[in-house]
Amino acid sequence: MIRTSGLQKSFGSNHVLRGIDITINPHEVVVVIGPSGSGKSTFLRCLNLLEKPTAGQVFFRGQCITDPHVNVNEVRTEMGMVFQRFNLFPHMTVIDNITLGPAKVRGVSLEEARETARVLLDKVGILDKENAYPSELSGGQQQRVAIARALAMKPMAMLFDEATSALDPEMIGEVLDVIRTLAEEGMTMVIVTHEMGFANEVGDRVIFMDEGVIVEEGPPEEVLGQPQNPRTQAFLSKVL
Amino acid sequence: MALDFSIIPGILPALLLGARLTVQLALIAVAIGLVIGSFVGIGRVSGNRVIRTITGIYVDFIRGTPLLVQLFLVYFGLPSLIGRPVPPFTAAIAAMGINSGAYVAEIVRAGIQSIDRGQMEAARSIGLTYAQSMRYIIFPQAFRRVIPPLGNEFIAMLKETSLVSVIALEDLLRKGQVVITRTFRPFEIYMAVALIYLVMTLAISRLVAWSEKRLKVVD
Ligand SMILES: Nc1ncnc2c1ncn2[C@@H]1O[C@H](COP(=O)(O)OP(=O)(O)OP(=O)(O)O)[C@@H](O)[C@H]1O
Ligand SMILES: [Mg+2]
Repeated sequence: MIRTSGLQKSFGSNHVLRGIDITINPHEVVVVIGPSGSGKSTFLRCLNLLEKPTAGQVFFRGQCITDPHVNVNEVRTEMGMVFQRFNLFPHMTVIDNITLGPAKVRGVSLEEARETARVLLDKVGILDKENAYPSELSGGQQQRVAIARALAMKPMAMLFDEATSALDPEMIGEVLDVIRTLAEEGMTMVIVTHEMGFANEVGDRVIFMDEGVIVEEGPPEEVLGQPQNPRTQAFLSKVL
Repeated sequence: MALDFSIIPGILPALLLGARLTVQLALIAVAIGLVIGSFVGIGRVSGNRVIRTITGIYVDFIRGTPLLVQLFLVYFGLPSLIGRPVPPFTAAIAAMGINSGAYVAEIVRAGIQSIDRGQMEAARSIGLTYAQSMRYIIFPQAFRRVIPPLGNEFIAMLKETSLVSVIALEDLLRKGQVVITRTFRPFEIYMAVALIYLVMTLAISRLVAWSEKRLKVVD
């Protein structure tokens, strides 16, 4: 579904991604772990072209989306993204946050968009908050709205960038539950997280990134259980 | 010579007539400024380097030179270039409108840039175009933040209109000067002029504070 080939990204002289080759299959859940500053967010943001790669290619459903002729907006509708800091639109109610994309981008009627939004709000467990403003919600609730907002576009894949890192501990579970449900439903997902237990549980594959390269990858029990690379071992011994 | 404020009621109508022109000039100038400033402000944050440079030069030129010089450029300078005189009122609103545009542009730019980067990213990530993201996400939020500085800009413009008295427009200050030539009461009359300016600027800042509070409700 998503494939990168020799993906590189520099910010000035800071060479953040140094050649990433990866293939993410349909219905696969890939978990990306690694130390702070290793380029995990940058990698994720290159997948939906929020960052423009400096070299290499990104393919999405067989199409090379780094090609300058590709309509980036269209591609992004197929790849939902969830951010560490939620990034809900504070001037809009919950339901308007969710219906904006379908209505303005997909051209869905407001009626239909609202119906879909309610189904999604129900799914993430906050149907009663549709008319609230983001500032009236807890962090966990905001993040669940953000997930619903991304899902409203009916994307083929979802990207999560440390979706629970900004949350109080007691709210992490409710957000992980939603992601777990998506995994069970077969959503293709790339998840950057520091929650090793969760990585182990939902990941079909774990990728350990360090200094802009994939150091080690494989099934969670191998990468997290018996890491082969010394850098992976050092990282895991620090976080576990 | 003792102060004698008893002359004020008699000359008040004349001063208020001047005040009306002052308000008119400020309103028209800021209205023009809003139109120019919105476009230029957006141009200042454009991804296009040429647009950024051109708008930057405009803003720097206007803000780096005195309004009085700009007014003279239009009123005295332009006629020699186009071969016919520019009426004082036209010259005044042109110079002040273009001047205000630069300040409004900076307000708009700052307003846009004060919105968290994550807002644009979230908007783009659901497939909205740059223009749609600006329209639905960035502008509505920036709008609330530019109201107070725009109010200040209007107050500044209202005071700066007093410069037009030098090109013979009968604004508040000019009216005061005219009345003084009849009454020989400069202190009392300039005091009255100052107070009328003060009443107007205070009224505007009250209005801004009120609208700010109204807009705070959802934030
Ligand atoms: N927009 C940017 N401009 C300049 N440098 C950037 C930008 N975004 C990221 N970087 C740099 O790229 C490097 C990798 O950042 P990135 O956010 O991808 O790391 P990360 O693995 O997600 O770290 P964390 O776990 O802290 O989120 C860092 O050195 C960071 O300073
Ligand atoms: Mg990160």
